[in-house]
Amino acid sequence: MNWQDVVDGLFGSAHTVVRTGDLLSGTGTINGQTVAVIGTTDHAPIGVELALAQARCVLDTVKNHPGRAIVLLVDTQGQRLRYRDEMLGINRYMAHMGCCVALARHRGHRVIGLVYDQALSGGFITSGLMADACYALPEAEIRVMRLPAMARVTKISEARLEQLAQSNPVFAPGVENFVAMGGIRALWRGDLAAQLAQALVDAPQHDERAADGAQRGGRQLAAAVAQRVRTEARAPTPTA
Amino acid sequence: MNRSFAESTARERLHDLLDAGSFEEIVGPGARVVSPHLALLGVPSAFDDGVVVGRATLNSQPVLVAAQEGAFMGGGVGEVHGAKLVGLFQRALIEKPAAVLVLAESGGVRLHEANAGLIAVSEVMRALLDVRAQGIAVVMLIGGENGCFGGMGLIARCADVVVMSDIGRLSMSGPEVIESSHGVEEFDARDRALVWRTTGGKHRYLMGDCDVLVDDDMAAFRSAAIAALPGARALTLESLEREHALLSARIADFGHCRDSAEIWQAMGVHQPMAVAELDAQGVRDLQTDCAKELA
Repeated sequence: MNWQDVVDGLFGSAHTVVRTGDLLSGTGTINGQTVAVIGTTDHAPIGVELALAQARCVLDTVKNHPGRAIVLLVDTQGQRLRYRDEMLGINRYMAHMGCCVALARHRGHRVIGLVYDQALSGGFITSGLMADACYALPEAEIRVMRLPAMARVTKISEARLEQLAQSNPVFAPGVENFVAMGGIRALWRGDLAAQLAQALVDAPQHDERAADGAQRGGRQLAAAVAQRVRTEARAPTPTA
Repeated sequence: MNRSFAESTARERLHDLLDAGSFEEIVGPGARVVSPHLALLGVPSAFDDGVVVGRATLNSQPVLVAAQEGAFMGGGVGEVHGAKLVGLFQRALIEKPAAVLVLAESGGVRLHEANAGLIAVSEVMRALLDVRAQGIAVVMLIGGENGCFGGMGLIARCADVVVMSDIGRLSMSGPEVIESSHGVEEFDARDRALVWRTTGGKHRYLMGDCDVLVDDDMAAFRSAAIAALPGARALTLESLEREHALLSARIADFGHCRDSAEIWQAMGVHQPMAVAELDAQGVRDLQTDCAKELA
């Protein structure tokens, strides 16, 4: 779905979202509530400028509109793969965006992510995955790497990977896999506005994704291992 | 005699970095908490899934600590590996140690469990930032030969303090990935000098992406970690506005440069190609000189 249709589906005509380069920004109104809309389009590569531009929008929302909910619209091919970005420290720029989203959350802004087209690797980590909850459209694509490339890197045959992907959601591309792993809370089918309104009400206070992944069977260990590390009593001090 | 941080294993690093005999591992290899996914793919697993977590003291102060093992899957973050890091940060909210130390050595998301790794990186970032919000310092120590890339490079830049040696690289995409994507003219991954002056500790220090530059020496890392213990920096609107201004200025000042050496020259380093020969003290002096000249 293109971004105009997504924004129309979420807010009808009650929005000011515009595209500037690959950046989407503006506001939308839902149930009389104004929300900030921040995102990217056209499978944007996230370079230093675009990471910074999104962070600016988040900071402006925190500064000028305390408490205003934020909707992150995700369509990215991941971090820009250029020498210049690495030289300038793209990881710091992207981490900055992630920290800005975390600040907004800590200050009481509800943050909802929506993968409406494509979400690849690093570009997704510091946007939708930093939200209180992230959703996706059924036709969206989420992946770290396609199976042929993964086969080359892992030296496991593509046929074998494809076969294993049938029963294990842990490595293969696909939104359904990310739902099973808990990274995507749900897929939005039909009335986008109603589902956004509900998501804003339902936004979890804590990170429940590992628990969701366990419940859905996609990540059976993450929640249990984290809990074990969190709570395991220290070994008794040896007595002399 | 100096001991190399880069050439040591994760466990040796913990042994030398922390107060003698103070380290207690949590969910250690004896617990046999291994990746269920690697076995399915026919890949050998490790009893600690490539990360050692636990509690210890550093200069008699209580710390929680994690060390990634670069020799296992390049330190890649999978489901269990990521969950151990998340659990450690969550534990910090309960134990309230002086700091959480992460000896990071990782290529980022472990491709064999890519989806779990990707989500886990964001879970670690959120858990880390929750710890910082409590005023507990998070310190990254980067000095392994695999560097700190991808999702782990993002996590590192969420910390309060970053300590590096020049060997320890910090960046996002590996040079090989960029070369295969845009060609050898874009980034020659076999040009070691180019790779290091773009991602290595010296460049990161001169840019301000790492706070402390040390030699590849265990004692130097220990001293830097001790000095970083009171390093907690509040994450506030004001601090993020300062970060934003710094990052904006960096693009304005250096965005036109085509090589890290050009950036160093623009900073006032008179002989940029000689930087490779300097030790950590030499680079620290250089940075002080540049700051004076600009002032």
